[in-house]
Amino acid sequence: MINLFEVVETNEMITKENLDVRTITMGISLLDCIDSDLTSLNKKIYDKIYEAAKDLVKTGEEISREFGIPIVNKRISVTPIALIGGAACKSIEDYASIAQTLDQVAHQVGVNFIGGYSALVSKGMTPADELLIRSIPLALSTTDRVCSSVNLGSTKTGINMDAVKLMGQIVKQTAECTKEQDSLGCAKLVVFCNAPDDNPFMAGAFHGVTEADKIINVGVSGPGVVKTALSKVRGENFEVLCETIKKTAFKVTRVGQLVAQEASARLGVPFGIVDLSLAPTPAIGDSVADILCEIGLEYAGAPGTTAALALLNDQVKKGGVMASSYVGGLSGAFIPVSEDQGMIDAVEAGALTLEKLEAMTCVCSVGLDMIAIPGDTKDTTISGIIADEMAIGMVNQKTTAVRIIPVIGKGVGETVEFGGLLGYAPIMPVNGFSCDAFVNRGGRIPAPIHSFKN
Amino acid sequence: MNKTIITVVGKDTVGIIAKVCTYLADNQINILDISQTIVQGFFNMMMIVDTNEMSKHFGEMADELKELGESIGVDIKCQKEEIFDKMHRI
Repeated sequence: MINLFEVVETNEMITKENLDVRTITMGISLLDCIDSDLTSLNKKIYDKIYEAAKDLVKTGEEISREFGIPIVNKRISVTPIALIGGAACKSIEDYASIAQTLDQVAHQVGVNFIGGYSALVSKGMTPADELLIRSIPLALSTTDRVCSSVNLGSTKTGINMDAVKLMGQIVKQTAECTKEQDSLGCAKLVVFCNAPDDNPFMAGAFHGVTEADKIINVGVSGPGVVKTALSKVRGENFEVLCETIKKTAFKVTRVGQLVAQEASARLGVPFGIVDLSLAPTPAIGDSVADILCEIGLEYAGAPGTTAALALLNDQVKKGGVMASSYVGGLSGAFIPVSEDQGMIDAVEAGALTLEKLEAMTCVCSVGLDMIAIPGDTKDTTISGIIADEMAIGMVNQKTTAVRIIPVIGKGVGETVEFGGLLGYAPIMPVNGFSCDAFVNRGGRIPAPIHSFKN
Repeated sequence: MNKTIITVVGKDTVGIIAKVCTYLADNQINILDISQTIVQGFFNMMMIVDTNEMSKHFGEMADELKELGESIGVDIKCQKEEIFDKMHRI
């Protein structure tokens, strides 16, 4: 039977170390809503999402209460809207009307984000894909809760450089359209290489076309728990360090598995995956950078950071895989800047640069995430940063992403406040040398040699 | 059987166990196991109870016990057993 010490350990993780389930995300297929009439399409989308998700928030709250574990976010992901709107949408305003429908239904069912205003263009863009991408600035500036993502490349297809070039412009336009709110729109826009179909985390969540009609995916989190566990093994060797991370990740993930199974049973929706993630928040003690410091670095970004992050990411997966029957999504350590107080401190101390963050993305879960850059950064420079990150994903057969915020009207040395879970960020300098001729070539980068595995 | 773990943490005082047990008895909640210890003057108790015969909803019981705890200066939490079982047993 469970003993007092085990109960105290679990409850201390929850109350003192910020253990929580970061999100229950319901994936909903909208393929059966496709219609050539825009009004009818919007109605079908609203009705399907409302019917599927009306009890999502209530169920999440019940589970949270019964097990005593906070479930921070309840969210929805849908089929990439470029596919759903293709037959009905003839203009960017048409596409943006779907974003508004998604926003309305998100408010109605009480979820805080809805993802899937997306296009998958890793090899080429259809006219519908391109129209959706061009509508992103309008969509994100006229909605609160809609998140957008675009898959620009994959290991199997290479990188669509036409789309990379376009996304440099779109990121900048989105920043302009939301400049009154410190370019907040860009915090809800992410580009991917090798985007997963079952990611529960925003802003990149969408419900892939290979998925069932509805699915429950859960993202766990617990950087504070890992940090506290590691503080008890200071000075021990790497074997002890790695074992400690693995055991802790196992415990954290088991909570996610329990919540996922309960949510799935109560909502009558199949369980998809648990995303084994260390997702930080701006709360003190809920930081991935603090774990890196506990491993032995003065600040995140110091020499040794990439190695420390590589081992952390790997041990989290090794511990988590056994704890869950299905693992998927992004799975690994997230390194957003604005959402992690330790990362913010490292940037402010001059320890962490954009280039070091890029190196770190080679060995961890996602990519350049929630990084504020000067508002006068050129479109082509943003495209160049995106291309570099896509190349890392393509060659290393992993998911990489870029969520970068050119803050209009602000420069290096200033900070930007997004509020809530999105946190605040010091604006980081960007390499100012030109990549115009590279970005303007057009076409696509072929798939790497190791993609030919047939 | 429907197992719930009740934890009581707070400053030690006379009658904590008595008050909690009275509430449980009044609500047809059967105690399966109790362990209790004092750490640095702080009262720390865990009860494993069976709520199968209880007529109230889980949330109602949790709220009432929390209120009872506040009235005697301790923190009382109710959680279903599975969260501990999943985390600490393979």
